[in-house]
Amino acid sequence: MANGVLVYVEIRGGELTNSSWESVAAGQALAAGLGTTARAVLIGDGAGSNAAKVAAKDLAEVITIEDAKLATYTPDGFAAAMVAAIRDCDPAWVVFSHSYQVRDFAPRVAARLDRALVGDVIKLKVEGGNVTLVRQIFQGKINADVTCRTDAPGMISLQSGAYRTDAARDGSAPTRALSVDLGSVRIRWTVEERFKDVKGAVDLSAATRIVSVGRGIKSDENLGLVNELAAALEAEVAASRPICDSGWLPMDRQIGSSGQTVTPQLYVAVGISGAIQHVVGMKNSGTIVAINKDKEAPIFDLADFGVVGDLFEVVPALIKKLKE
Amino acid sequence: MKIVVCIKQVPRRDDLLRINADKSWIDESSLSFEANESDAYALEEALRLKEKHGGEVIVATLGPSDASKTIKEGLAKGADRAIHLCDSTFEKLDAVATAKSLAAAIGPEAPDVIFTGLQSDDLGYGQTGVLMAEMLDLPHASIVIALETSEDGKTLRVKRELENGWFQWISMATPALVTIQSGINKPRYASLKGIMGAKKKPVDVRTASDLGLNADALTPREAIGSLYLPVREKQTEMLEGDAETVAAALVARLRGNGVI
Repeated sequence: MANGVLVYVEIRGGELTNSSWESVAAGQALAAGLGTTARAVLIGDGAGSNAAKVAAKDLAEVITIEDAKLATYTPDGFAAAMVAAIRDCDPAWVVFSHSYQVRDFAPRVAARLDRALVGDVIKLKVEGGNVTLVRQIFQGKINADVTCRTDAPGMISLQSGAYRTDAARDGSAPTRALSVDLGSVRIRWTVEERFKDVKGAVDLSAATRIVSVGRGIKSDENLGLVNELAAALEAEVAASRPICDSGWLPMDRQIGSSGQTVTPQLYVAVGISGAIQHVVGMKNSGTIVAINKDKEAPIFDLADFGVVGDLFEVVPALIKKLKE
Repeated sequence: MKIVVCIKQVPRRDDLLRINADKSWIDESSLSFEANESDAYALEEALRLKEKHGGEVIVATLGPSDASKTIKEGLAKGADRAIHLCDSTFEKLDAVATAKSLAAAIGPEAPDVIFTGLQSDDLGYGQTGVLMAEMLDLPHASIVIALETSEDGKTLRVKRELENGWFQWISMATPALVTIQSGINKPRYASLKGIMGAKKKPVDVRTASDLGLNADALTPREAIGSLYLPVREKQTEMLEGDAETVAAALVARLRGNGVI
Protein backbone atom coordinates (compact mmCIF):
# COMPACT_ATOMS: atom_id res chain seq x y z
CA MET A 1 0.00 0.00 0.00
CA ALA A 2 1.15 3.46 -0.83
CA ASN A 3 3.00 4.98 2.06
CA GLY A 4 5.21 7.92 2.93
CA VAL A 5 5.99 11.20 1.27
CA LEU A 6 8.28 11.72 -1.71
CA VAL A 7 9.84 15.18 -2.11
CA TYR A 8 11.21 16.36 -5.45
CA VAL A 9 14.42 18.31 -4.94
CA GLU A 10 15.26 20.55 -7.91
CA ILE A 11 18.72 21.27 -9.27
CA ARG A 12 19.08 24.47 -11.29
CA GLY A 13 22.37 25.37 -12.92
CA GLY A 14 24.08 22.60 -10.96
CA GLU A 15 22.84 23.87 -7.57
CA LEU A 16 19.95 22.88 -5.33
CA THR A 17 17.22 25.51 -5.45
CA ASN A 18 16.23 27.37 -2.30
CA SER A 19 12.61 26.41 -2.70
CA SER A 20 13.62 22.75 -2.62
CA TRP A 21 14.46 23.17 1.07
CA GLU A 22 10.98 24.56 1.59
CA SER A 23 9.63 21.40 -0.07
CA VAL A 24 11.79 19.24 2.21
CA ALA A 25 10.40 21.13 5.24
CA ALA A 26 6.84 20.66 3.96
CA GLY A 27 7.46 16.98 3.21
CA GLN A 28 8.79 16.44 6.72
CA ALA A 29 5.79 18.23 8.24
CA LEU A 30 3.34 16.26 6.10
CA ALA A 31 5.07 12.96 6.98
CA ALA A 32 5.04 13.81 10.68
CA GLY A 33 1.35 14.65 10.53
CA LEU A 34 0.59 11.33 8.87
CA GLY A 35 2.90 9.33 11.16
CA THR A 36 5.14 8.30 8.29
CA THR A 37 8.49 9.23 6.78
CA ALA A 38 9.66 11.38 3.89
CA ARG A 39 12.11 10.59 1.13
CA ALA A 40 13.66 12.86 -1.44
CA VAL A 41 14.48 12.38 -5.12
CA LEU A 42 17.01 14.30 -7.21
CA ILE A 43 16.95 14.01 -10.99
CA GLY A 44 19.54 14.83 -13.64
CA ASP A 45 23.08 16.15 -13.77
CA GLY A 46 24.28 17.00 -10.28
CA ALA A 47 21.87 14.60 -8.58
CA GLY A 48 24.70 12.45 -7.24
CA SER A 49 26.98 15.32 -6.32
CA ASN A 50 24.23 17.21 -4.46
CA ALA A 51 22.75 14.17 -2.72
CA ALA A 52 24.92 14.44 0.39
CA LYS A 53 23.52 17.90 1.23
CA VAL A 54 19.98 16.55 1.07
CA ALA A 55 20.97 13.41 3.00
CA ALA A 56 21.98 15.66 5.90
CA LYS A 57 18.27 16.30 6.46
CA ASP A 58 15.81 14.21 8.44
CA LEU A 59 14.69 11.90 5.63
CA ALA A 60 14.27 8.14 5.31
CA GLU A 61 16.18 8.02 2.03
CA VAL A 62 17.63 10.18 -0.73
CA ILE A 63 17.22 8.77 -4.23
CA THR A 64 19.21 9.96 -7.22
CA ILE A 65 18.44 9.36 -10.88
CA GLU A 66 21.06 10.17 -13.50
CA ASP A 67 21.07 9.23 -17.17
CA ALA A 68 22.44 10.59 -20.44
CA LYS A 69 18.86 11.55 -21.35
CA LEU A 70 18.61 13.63 -18.17
CA ALA A 71 21.84 15.58 -18.63
CA THR A 72 19.85 18.64 -19.71
CA TYR A 73 16.36 19.34 -18.43
CA THR A 74 13.55 18.31 -20.76
CA PRO A 75 9.95 17.60 -19.77
CA ASP A 76 10.09 14.28 -21.66
CA GLY A 77 13.09 13.03 -19.69
CA PHE A 78 12.18 14.41 -16.28
CA ALA A 79 8.54 13.29 -16.42
CA ALA A 80 9.69 9.74 -17.24
CA ALA A 81 12.26 9.77 -14.42
CA MET A 82 9.76 11.16 -11.91
CA VAL A 83 7.14 8.55 -12.85
CA ALA A 84 9.81 5.89 -12.32
CA ALA A 85 10.68 7.33 -8.89
CA ILE A 86 7.01 7.36 -7.88
CA ARG A 87 6.53 3.76 -9.05
CA ASP A 88 9.65 2.74 -7.11
CA CYS A 89 8.66 4.47 -3.86
CA ASP A 90 4.86 4.10 -4.08
CA PRO A 91 4.32 7.22 -1.94
CA ALA A 92 0.99 8.42 -0.55
CA TRP A 93 2.02 12.02 -1.31
CA VAL A 94 4.44 13.71 -3.67
CA VAL A 95 5.66 17.22 -2.86
CA PHE A 96 7.12 19.62 -5.44
CA SER A 97 7.97 23.30 -5.27
CA HIS A 98 5.82 25.37 -7.65
CA SER A 99 8.81 26.32 -9.77
CA TYR A 100 8.78 26.98 -13.51
CA GLN A 101 10.52 23.63 -14.07
CA VAL A 102 7.92 21.74 -12.03
CA ARG A 103 5.11 23.58 -13.81
CA ASP A 104 6.66 22.38 -17.06
CA PHE A 105 6.93 18.65 -16.35
CA ALA A 106 4.83 17.71 -13.29
CA PRO A 107 1.48 17.93 -15.12
CA ARG A 108 2.79 15.22 -17.48
CA VAL A 109 3.41 13.05 -14.41
CA ALA A 110 -0.13 13.78 -13.20
CA ALA A 111 -1.58 12.86 -16.59
CA ARG A 112 0.35 9.61 -16.73
CA LEU A 113 -0.76 8.59 -13.25
CA ASP A 114 -4.27 10.04 -13.81
CA ARG A 115 -4.02 11.88 -10.51
CA ALA A 116 -4.47 15.48 -9.46
CA LEU A 117 -1.52 17.79 -9.05
CA VAL A 118 -2.74 20.44 -6.64
CA GLY A 119 -0.65 23.42 -7.64
CA ASP A 120 0.48 26.59 -5.92
CA VAL A 121 -0.37 25.36 -2.41
CA ILE A 122 0.27 27.82 0.42
CA LYS A 123 -0.56 25.57 3.37
CA LEU A 124 -0.99 21.91 4.32
CA LYS A 125 -3.39 20.92 7.06
CA VAL A 126 -3.30 17.38 8.44
CA GLU A 127 -6.08 16.26 10.77
CA GLY A 128 -6.71 12.65 11.69
CA GLY A 129 -4.91 11.38 8.61
CA ASN A 130 -6.86 13.68 6.30
CA VAL A 131 -4.90 16.22 4.32
CA THR A 132 -6.42 19.55 3.33
CA LEU A 133 -4.49 21.81 1.01
CA VAL A 134 -4.96 25.55 0.85
CA ARG A 135 -4.42 27.20 -2.50
CA GLN A 136 -5.00 30.68 -3.78
CA ILE A 137 -7.46 31.26 -6.57
CA PHE A 138 -8.50 34.38 -8.49
CA GLN A 139 -4.93 35.67 -8.44
CA GLY A 140 -4.66 35.55 -4.66
CA LYS A 141 -7.97 37.29 -3.94
CA ILE A 142 -9.56 34.13 -2.50
CA ASN A 143 -8.26 31.02 -0.73
CA ALA A 144 -9.72 27.57 -1.31
CA ASP A 145 -9.49 24.42 0.79
CA VAL A 146 -8.80 21.52 -1.55
CA THR A 147 -8.79 17.77 -1.00
CA CYS A 148 -7.58 15.00 -3.28
CA ARG A 149 -10.38 12.55 -3.89
CA THR A 150 -8.73 9.54 -5.47
CA ASP A 151 -6.15 6.95 -4.55
CA ALA A 152 -2.54 7.78 -3.88
CA PRO A 153 -0.44 9.44 -4.78
CA GLY A 154 -1.76 12.89 -4.07
CA MET A 155 0.55 15.45 -5.62
CA ILE A 156 1.11 19.01 -4.58
CA SER A 157 3.34 21.88 -5.59
CA LEU A 158 4.10 24.52 -2.98
CA GLN A 159 4.16 28.24 -3.56
CA SER A 160 7.55 29.80 -2.89
CA GLY A 161 7.72 30.99 0.71
CA ALA A 162 4.92 28.71 1.96
CA TYR A 163 7.45 27.02 4.24
CA ARG A 164 10.70 28.39 5.58
CA THR A 165 13.87 26.91 4.14
CA ASP A 166 15.39 26.73 7.62
CA ALA A 167 12.43 24.69 8.85
CA ALA A 168 13.91 21.60 7.16
CA ARG A 169 15.11 19.45 10.07
CA ASP A 170 18.60 17.99 10.01
CA GLY A 171 19.20 14.28 10.19
CA SER A 172 21.02 11.58 8.32
CA ALA A 173 19.65 9.62 5.39
CA PRO A 174 21.08 6.86 3.22
CA THR A 175 21.39 7.63 -0.48
CA ARG A 176 20.51 5.30 -3.33
CA ALA A 177 21.11 5.63 -7.05
CA LEU A 178 17.97 4.40 -8.81
CA SER A 179 18.69 3.06 -12.25
CA VAL A 180 15.89 3.82 -14.65
CA ASP A 181 15.55 2.45 -18.16
CA LEU A 182 14.86 5.48 -20.34
CA GLY A 183 15.63 3.61 -23.56
CA SER A 184 12.14 4.04 -24.96
CA VAL A 185 11.80 7.70 -23.94
CA ARG A 186 11.80 10.13 -26.86
CA ILE A 187 13.44 13.45 -26.04
CA ARG A 188 11.58 15.79 -28.38
CA TRP A 189 13.37 19.05 -27.53
CA THR A 190 16.55 20.47 -28.98
CA VAL A 191 17.83 22.64 -26.16
CA GLU A 192 19.99 25.76 -26.37
CA GLU A 193 21.98 27.28 -23.52
CA ARG A 194 19.97 29.25 -20.97
CA PHE A 195 20.83 32.94 -20.79
CA LYS A 196 19.96 36.23 -19.15
CA ASP A 197 18.70 39.15 -21.19
CA VAL A 198 21.52 41.43 -20.20
CA LYS A 199 20.94 44.62 -22.09
CA GLY A 200 20.77 47.42 -19.57
CA ALA A 201 19.98 44.96 -16.79
CA VAL A 202 19.16 46.75 -13.57
CA ASP A 203 19.80 44.93 -10.32
CA LEU A 204 16.88 45.96 -8.15
CA SER A 205 17.77 43.47 -5.44
CA ALA A 206 20.30 45.97 -4.08
CA ALA A 207 17.81 48.89 -3.91
CA THR A 208 16.91 50.20 -0.45
CA ARG A 209 13.72 51.87 -1.62
CA ILE A 210 11.48 50.90 -4.52
CA VAL A 211 8.41 52.56 -5.99
CA SER A 212 6.56 49.97 -8.03
CA VAL A 213 3.76 50.72 -10.45
CA GLY A 214 0.92 48.56 -11.75
CA ARG A 215 -2.09 48.65 -14.01
CA GLY A 216 -3.70 51.38 -11.94
CA ILE A 217 -1.48 53.92 -13.68
CA LYS A 218 -3.67 53.42 -16.78
CA SER A 219 -1.32 54.93 -19.38
CA ASP A 220 2.41 55.30 -19.96
CA GLU A 221 1.82 59.05 -20.11
CA ASN A 222 1.16 58.93 -16.38
CA LEU A 223 4.49 57.31 -15.53
CA GLY A 224 6.02 60.73 -14.90
CA LEU A 225 4.06 60.82 -11.65
CA VAL A 226 5.68 57.60 -10.49
CA ASN A 227 9.14 58.79 -11.51
CA GLU A 228 8.59 61.96 -9.55
CA LEU A 229 7.54 60.02 -6.44
CA ALA A 230 10.58 57.75 -6.79
CA ALA A 231 12.85 60.79 -7.08
CA ALA A 232 11.32 62.34 -3.96
CA LEU A 233 11.90 59.09 -2.05
CA GLU A 234 15.32 58.48 -3.64
CA ALA A 235 13.91 55.15 -4.80
CA GLU A 236 14.27 52.93 -7.85
CA VAL A 237 11.28 52.55 -10.15
CA ALA A 238 9.92 49.07 -10.72
CA ALA A 239 6.70 47.58 -12.06
CA SER A 240 4.34 44.65 -12.11
CA ARG A 241 4.28 42.44 -15.16
CA PRO A 242 1.49 44.11 -17.20
CA ILE A 243 3.40 47.41 -17.27
CA CYS A 244 6.47 45.68 -18.75
CA ASP A 245 4.29 43.60 -21.09
CA SER A 246 2.89 46.83 -22.48
CA GLY A 247 6.43 48.10 -23.03
CA TRP A 248 5.88 51.09 -20.71
CA LEU A 249 8.93 50.07 -18.67
CA PRO A 250 11.72 47.69 -19.68
CA MET A 251 11.47 44.04 -18.63
CA ASP A 252 14.40 44.40 -16.24
CA ARG A 253 12.24 46.66 -14.05
CA GLN A 254 9.76 43.86 -13.44
CA ILE A 255 9.19 42.47 -9.93
CA GLY A 256 7.71 39.00 -9.49
CA SER A 257 8.09 35.34 -10.34
CA SER A 258 9.22 36.06 -13.88
CA GLY A 259 11.22 39.14 -12.92
CA GLN A 260 13.31 40.11 -9.94
CA THR A 261 12.91 39.25 -6.28
CA VAL A 262 13.53 42.23 -4.02
CA THR A 263 13.72 42.97 -0.31
CA PRO A 264 14.10 46.76 0.01
CA GLN A 265 13.57 48.62 3.28
CA LEU A 266 10.64 50.41 1.67
CA TYR A 267 8.36 49.12 -1.09
CA VAL A 268 5.65 51.45 -2.34
CA ALA A 269 3.10 49.67 -4.53
CA VAL A 270 1.20 52.16 -6.66
CA GLY A 271 -1.88 50.83 -8.45
CA ILE A 272 -0.78 47.21 -8.00
CA SER A 273 -3.49 44.73 -7.07
CA GLY A 274 -1.07 42.13 -5.72
CA ALA A 275 -1.48 39.02 -7.89
CA ILE A 276 0.52 36.03 -6.63
CA GLN A 277 3.05 36.35 -9.44
CA HIS A 278 3.94 39.85 -8.26
CA VAL A 279 3.75 39.20 -4.54
CA VAL A 280 6.34 36.40 -4.54
CA GLY A 281 8.88 38.95 -5.76
CA MET A 282 8.37 41.54 -3.00
CA LYS A 283 6.60 40.06 0.02
CA ASN A 284 9.75 40.02 2.15
CA SER A 285 10.30 43.76 1.78
CA GLY A 286 10.70 45.76 5.01
CA THR A 287 7.95 48.36 5.07
CA ILE A 288 5.28 47.91 2.42
CA VAL A 289 2.97 50.75 1.39
CA ALA A 290 0.02 50.08 -0.90
CA ILE A 291 -1.98 52.70 -2.75
CA ASN A 292 -4.94 51.26 -4.64
CA LYS A 293 -8.50 52.23 -5.46
CA ASP A 294 -9.87 48.73 -4.76
CA LYS A 295 -10.11 48.18 -1.02
CA GLU A 296 -10.21 44.40 -1.54
CA ALA A 297 -6.97 44.27 -3.53
CA PRO A 298 -4.76 41.47 -2.10
CA ILE A 299 -1.80 43.86 -1.89
CA PHE A 300 -3.41 45.31 1.27
CA ASP A 301 -2.98 41.93 2.99
CA LEU A 302 0.79 42.44 2.86
CA ALA A 303 0.94 46.16 3.43
CA ASP A 304 2.07 47.86 6.61
CA PHE A 305 0.34 51.04 5.47
CA GLY A 306 -2.58 51.08 3.09
CA VAL A 307 -4.29 53.91 1.28
CA VAL A 308 -7.57 53.21 -0.50
CA GLY A 309 -7.90 56.00 -2.97
CA ASP A 310 -7.25 57.48 -6.36
CA LEU A 311 -3.51 57.34 -6.99
CA PHE A 312 -3.80 60.41 -9.21
CA GLU A 313 -4.79 62.39 -6.10
CA VAL A 314 -2.74 60.56 -3.46
CA VAL A 315 0.60 60.41 -5.27
CA PRO A 316 0.80 64.17 -6.10
CA ALA A 317 -0.10 64.97 -2.47
CA LEU A 318 2.61 62.59 -1.32
CA ILE A 319 5.21 64.18 -3.61
CA LYS A 320 4.26 67.63 -2.36
CA LYS A 321 4.53 66.53 1.27
CA LEU A 322 7.90 64.83 0.72
CA LYS A 323 9.29 67.99 -0.85
CA GLU A 324 8.24 70.20 2.06
CA MET B 1 -1.18 25.00 -40.97
CA LYS B 2 -4.02 23.97 -38.69
CA ILE B 3 -3.90 25.84 -35.40
CA VAL B 4 -6.09 25.37 -32.34
CA VAL B 5 -6.15 27.95 -29.57
CA CYS B 6 -7.81 27.21 -26.24
CA ILE B 7 -9.57 30.19 -24.71
CA LYS B 8 -11.20 30.28 -21.30
CA GLN B 9 -13.75 32.83 -20.21
CA VAL B 10 -13.05 34.26 -16.75
CA PRO B 11 -14.51 37.05 -14.59
CA ARG B 12 -13.31 40.50 -15.58
CA ARG B 13 -10.17 41.51 -13.76
CA ASP B 14 -11.60 44.51 -11.97
CA ASP B 15 -14.89 42.95 -10.93
CA LEU B 16 -15.44 42.69 -7.21
CA LEU B 17 -15.61 39.03 -6.21
CA ARG B 18 -18.08 37.80 -3.61
CA ILE B 19 -18.05 34.30 -2.16
CA ASN B 20 -21.48 32.64 -2.46
CA ALA B 21 -23.68 31.66 0.49
CA ASP B 22 -22.51 28.03 0.81
CA LYS B 23 -18.89 29.08 0.21
CA SER B 24 -18.56 26.62 -2.67
CA TRP B 25 -17.76 29.21 -5.34
CA ILE B 26 -18.06 32.89 -6.09
CA ASP B 27 -21.36 34.58 -6.75
CA GLU B 28 -21.31 34.95 -10.52
CA SER B 29 -24.63 36.75 -10.87
CA SER B 30 -23.23 40.26 -10.86
CA LEU B 31 -20.03 39.55 -12.75
CA SER B 32 -19.04 40.30 -16.31
CA PHE B 33 -16.65 38.05 -18.18
CA GLU B 34 -13.77 38.28 -20.62
CA ALA B 35 -11.15 36.09 -22.27
CA ASN B 36 -8.43 34.91 -19.90
CA GLU B 37 -5.46 37.28 -20.26
CA SER B 38 -2.76 34.87 -21.44
CA ASP B 39 -5.30 33.16 -23.74
CA ALA B 40 -5.81 36.49 -25.52
CA TYR B 41 -2.07 36.57 -26.23
CA ALA B 42 -2.27 32.91 -27.37
CA LEU B 43 -5.03 33.83 -29.84
CA GLU B 44 -2.92 36.65 -31.27
CA GLU B 45 0.03 34.27 -31.68
CA ALA B 46 -2.25 31.79 -33.48
CA LEU B 47 -3.54 34.48 -35.86
CA ARG B 48 0.03 35.59 -36.66
CA LEU B 49 1.04 32.00 -37.40
CA LYS B 50 -1.87 31.68 -39.81
CA GLU B 51 -0.89 34.95 -41.49
CA LYS B 52 2.60 33.56 -42.05
CA HIS B 53 1.81 29.98 -43.05
CA GLY B 54 -1.83 30.03 -44.16
CA GLY B 55 -4.34 27.49 -42.92
CA GLU B 56 -6.97 27.97 -40.25
CA VAL B 57 -7.36 28.95 -36.62
CA ILE B 58 -9.88 27.10 -34.49
CA VAL B 59 -10.95 28.43 -31.09
CA ALA B 60 -11.64 25.73 -28.49
CA THR B 61 -13.52 26.80 -25.38
CA LEU B 62 -14.90 24.78 -22.50
CA GLY B 63 -17.46 26.75 -20.60
CA PRO B 64 -21.13 27.60 -20.06
CA SER B 65 -23.39 28.79 -22.87
CA ASP B 66 -22.58 32.45 -22.23
CA ALA B 67 -18.91 31.74 -23.04
CA SER B 68 -20.20 32.17 -26.60
CA LYS B 69 -19.44 35.89 -26.15
CA THR B 70 -15.75 35.19 -25.74
CA ILE B 71 -15.84 32.72 -28.65
CA LYS B 72 -17.49 35.36 -30.86
CA GLU B 73 -14.75 37.80 -29.93
CA GLY B 74 -12.11 35.28 -31.03
CA LEU B 75 -13.92 34.77 -34.33
CA ALA B 76 -14.23 38.54 -34.78
CA LYS B 77 -10.49 38.92 -34.35
CA GLY B 78 -9.86 36.43 -37.14
CA ALA B 79 -10.31 32.81 -36.02
CA ASP B 80 -12.10 30.73 -38.67
CA ARG B 81 -14.34 28.54 -36.56
CA ALA B 82 -14.85 27.36 -33.01
CA ILE B 83 -15.53 24.30 -30.91
CA HIS B 84 -17.57 25.02 -27.78
CA LEU B 85 -17.55 22.28 -25.13
CA CYS B 86 -20.81 23.10 -23.43
CA ASP B 87 -22.57 20.68 -21.12
CA SER B 88 -23.61 20.73 -17.48
CA THR B 89 -21.23 17.81 -16.86
CA PHE B 90 -18.36 20.13 -17.78
CA GLU B 91 -19.08 22.38 -14.82
CA LYS B 92 -16.56 22.44 -11.97
CA LEU B 93 -14.00 20.20 -13.64
CA ASP B 94 -10.49 19.97 -12.28
CA ALA B 95 -7.42 20.42 -14.47
CA VAL B 96 -7.13 16.73 -15.44
CA ALA B 97 -10.78 16.44 -16.47
CA THR B 98 -10.68 19.77 -18.32
CA ALA B 99 -7.63 18.64 -20.26
CA LYS B 100 -9.25 15.26 -21.04
CA SER B 101 -12.33 16.99 -22.41
CA LEU B 102 -10.41 19.48 -24.52
CA ALA B 103 -8.06 16.75 -25.75
CA ALA B 104 -11.05 14.63 -26.80
CA ALA B 105 -12.39 17.54 -28.86
CA ILE B 106 -9.09 18.74 -30.30
CA GLY B 107 -7.34 15.42 -30.95
CA PRO B 108 -9.47 14.40 -33.97
CA GLU B 109 -8.71 17.78 -35.60
CA ALA B 110 -5.03 16.70 -35.75
CA PRO B 111 -3.76 20.30 -35.53
CA ASP B 112 -0.15 21.24 -36.28
CA VAL B 113 0.03 23.58 -33.31
CA ILE B 114 -2.11 23.91 -30.18
CA PHE B 115 -1.84 27.10 -28.16
CA THR B 116 -3.06 27.66 -24.63
CA GLY B 117 -2.48 30.48 -22.20
CA LEU B 118 -0.01 29.88 -19.43
CA GLN B 119 -2.67 29.71 -16.72
CA SER B 120 -6.18 30.87 -16.01
CA ASP B 121 -6.81 33.97 -13.96
CA ASP B 122 -9.58 32.24 -11.98
CA LEU B 123 -8.50 28.76 -10.87
CA GLY B 124 -4.90 29.26 -11.90
CA TYR B 125 -4.00 25.57 -12.24
CA GLY B 126 -1.51 26.36 -15.01
CA GLN B 127 -1.65 22.73 -16.13
CA THR B 128 -4.27 22.31 -18.84
CA GLY B 129 -1.87 22.79 -21.76
CA VAL B 130 0.84 20.46 -20.47
CA LEU B 131 -1.72 17.82 -19.46
CA MET B 132 -3.23 17.94 -22.96
CA ALA B 133 0.20 17.53 -24.55
CA GLU B 134 0.73 14.35 -22.54
CA MET B 135 -2.75 13.04 -23.34
CA LEU B 136 -2.31 13.74 -27.07
CA ASP B 137 1.30 12.46 -27.07
CA LEU B 138 2.66 15.79 -28.30
CA PRO B 139 5.83 17.64 -27.33
CA HIS B 140 5.19 20.91 -25.56
CA ALA B 141 6.92 24.05 -24.38
CA SER B 142 5.53 26.13 -21.52
CA ILE B 143 5.76 29.78 -20.49
CA VAL B 144 6.74 30.88 -23.99
CA ILE B 145 7.61 34.53 -24.59
CA ALA B 146 8.75 34.39 -28.26
CA LEU B 147 8.02 32.00 -31.11
CA GLU B 148 9.68 31.39 -34.49
CA THR B 149 8.74 28.89 -37.16
CA SER B 150 10.79 27.33 -39.92
CA GLU B 151 9.74 28.23 -43.51
CA ASP B 152 7.94 24.93 -43.93
CA GLY B 153 6.25 25.33 -40.55
CA LYS B 154 7.46 21.95 -39.41
CA THR B 155 9.77 23.21 -36.66
CA LEU B 156 9.02 25.60 -33.80
CA ARG B 157 11.80 27.49 -32.04
CA VAL B 158 10.48 29.07 -28.85
CA LYS B 159 11.91 31.26 -26.11
CA ARG B 160 10.95 29.94 -22.69
CA GLU B 161 10.90 32.10 -19.62
CA LEU B 162 12.74 30.57 -16.68
CA GLU B 163 12.89 32.11 -13.22
CA ASN B 164 14.82 35.16 -12.06
CA GLY B 165 15.32 36.68 -15.49
CA TRP B 166 16.70 33.58 -17.22
CA PHE B 167 15.54 32.46 -20.65
CA GLN B 168 16.13 29.51 -22.95
CA TRP B 169 15.41 28.74 -26.59
CA ILE B 170 14.27 25.22 -27.44
CA SER B 171 13.21 23.70 -30.76
CA MET B 172 10.71 20.97 -31.43
CA ALA B 173 8.92 19.47 -34.41
CA THR B 174 5.22 19.98 -35.05
CA PRO B 175 2.66 18.83 -34.14
CA ALA B 176 3.31 20.45 -30.78
CA LEU B 177 1.63 22.37 -27.98
CA VAL B 178 2.78 25.74 -26.69
CA THR B 179 1.61 27.57 -23.55
CA ILE B 180 1.88 31.32 -24.00
CA GLN B 181 3.03 33.89 -21.46
CA SER B 182 1.36 37.29 -21.41
CA GLY B 183 3.36 39.96 -23.19
CA ILE B 184 4.56 37.81 -26.12
CA ASN B 185 2.81 40.11 -28.61
CA LYS B 186 0.31 42.94 -28.82
CA PRO B 187 -3.18 41.48 -29.21
CA ARG B 188 -5.24 43.11 -31.93
CA TYR B 189 -8.70 44.58 -31.60
CA ALA B 190 -11.56 43.16 -33.60
CA SER B 191 -12.42 45.24 -36.67
CA LEU B 192 -15.99 46.17 -37.49
CA LYS B 193 -15.75 43.93 -40.54
CA GLY B 194 -14.47 41.13 -38.31
CA ILE B 195 -17.34 41.58 -35.90
CA MET B 196 -19.88 41.42 -38.72
CA GLY B 197 -18.14 38.42 -40.28
CA ALA B 198 -18.00 36.49 -36.99
CA LYS B 199 -21.76 35.99 -37.06
CA LYS B 200 -21.44 33.67 -40.06
CA LYS B 201 -18.54 31.61 -38.75
CA PRO B 202 -19.37 28.09 -37.55
CA VAL B 203 -19.42 27.23 -33.84
CA ASP B 204 -19.57 23.52 -33.21
CA VAL B 205 -21.19 22.87 -29.81
CA ARG B 206 -20.19 19.55 -28.24
CA THR B 207 -21.47 17.74 -25.18
CA ALA B 208 -19.64 15.16 -23.06
CA SER B 209 -21.49 12.32 -24.76
CA ASP B 210 -20.63 13.71 -28.23
CA LEU B 211 -17.01 13.33 -27.20
CA GLY B 212 -17.44 9.85 -25.72
CA LEU B 213 -16.56 11.09 -22.24
CA ASN B 214 -18.19 9.19 -19.42
CA ALA B 215 -18.74 10.38 -15.88
CA ASP B 216 -15.81 8.37 -14.56
CA ALA B 217 -13.32 10.08 -16.85
CA LEU B 218 -14.61 13.47 -15.73
CA THR B 219 -14.78 12.73 -11.99
CA PRO B 220 -12.56 15.38 -10.42
CA ARG B 221 -9.37 14.07 -8.84
CA GLU B 222 -9.38 17.04 -6.53
CA ALA B 223 -12.28 18.78 -4.89
CA ILE B 224 -12.68 22.36 -3.73
CA GLY B 225 -14.10 22.36 -0.22
CA SER B 226 -14.76 25.87 0.90
CA LEU B 227 -13.71 29.32 -0.22
CA TYR B 228 -12.73 32.11 2.12
CA LEU B 229 -10.88 35.39 2.08
CA PRO B 230 -7.18 35.26 2.93
CA VAL B 231 -6.37 36.08 6.54
CA ARG B 232 -4.18 39.12 6.85
CA GLU B 233 -0.79 38.12 8.10
CA LYS B 234 0.19 41.68 8.74
CA GLN B 235 -1.39 44.31 10.87
CA THR B 236 -2.17 46.79 8.11
CA GLU B 237 -2.77 50.36 9.15
CA MET B 238 -5.24 51.86 6.73
CA LEU B 239 -4.77 55.60 6.38
CA GLU B 240 -7.98 57.49 5.81
CA GLY B 241 -8.99 60.98 4.86
CA ASP B 242 -8.46 63.21 1.85
CA ALA B 243 -5.30 62.94 -0.23
CA GLU B 244 -3.46 65.62 1.72
CA THR B 245 -4.30 64.05 5.09
CA VAL B 246 -3.19 60.54 4.09
CA ALA B 247 -0.03 61.92 2.46
CA ALA B 248 0.91 63.73 5.66
CA ALA B 249 0.12 60.68 7.79
CA LEU B 250 2.12 58.36 5.55
CA VAL B 251 5.18 60.59 5.39
CA ALA B 252 5.09 60.97 9.19
CA ARG B 253 5.00 57.19 9.66
CA LEU B 254 7.75 56.49 7.14
CA ARG B 255 9.95 59.12 8.79
CA GLY B 256 9.08 57.65 12.18
CA ASN B 257 10.09 54.19 10.91
CA GLY B 258 13.37 55.58 9.67
CA VAL B 259 12.83 54.21 6.15
CA ILE B 260 13.01 57.69 4.63
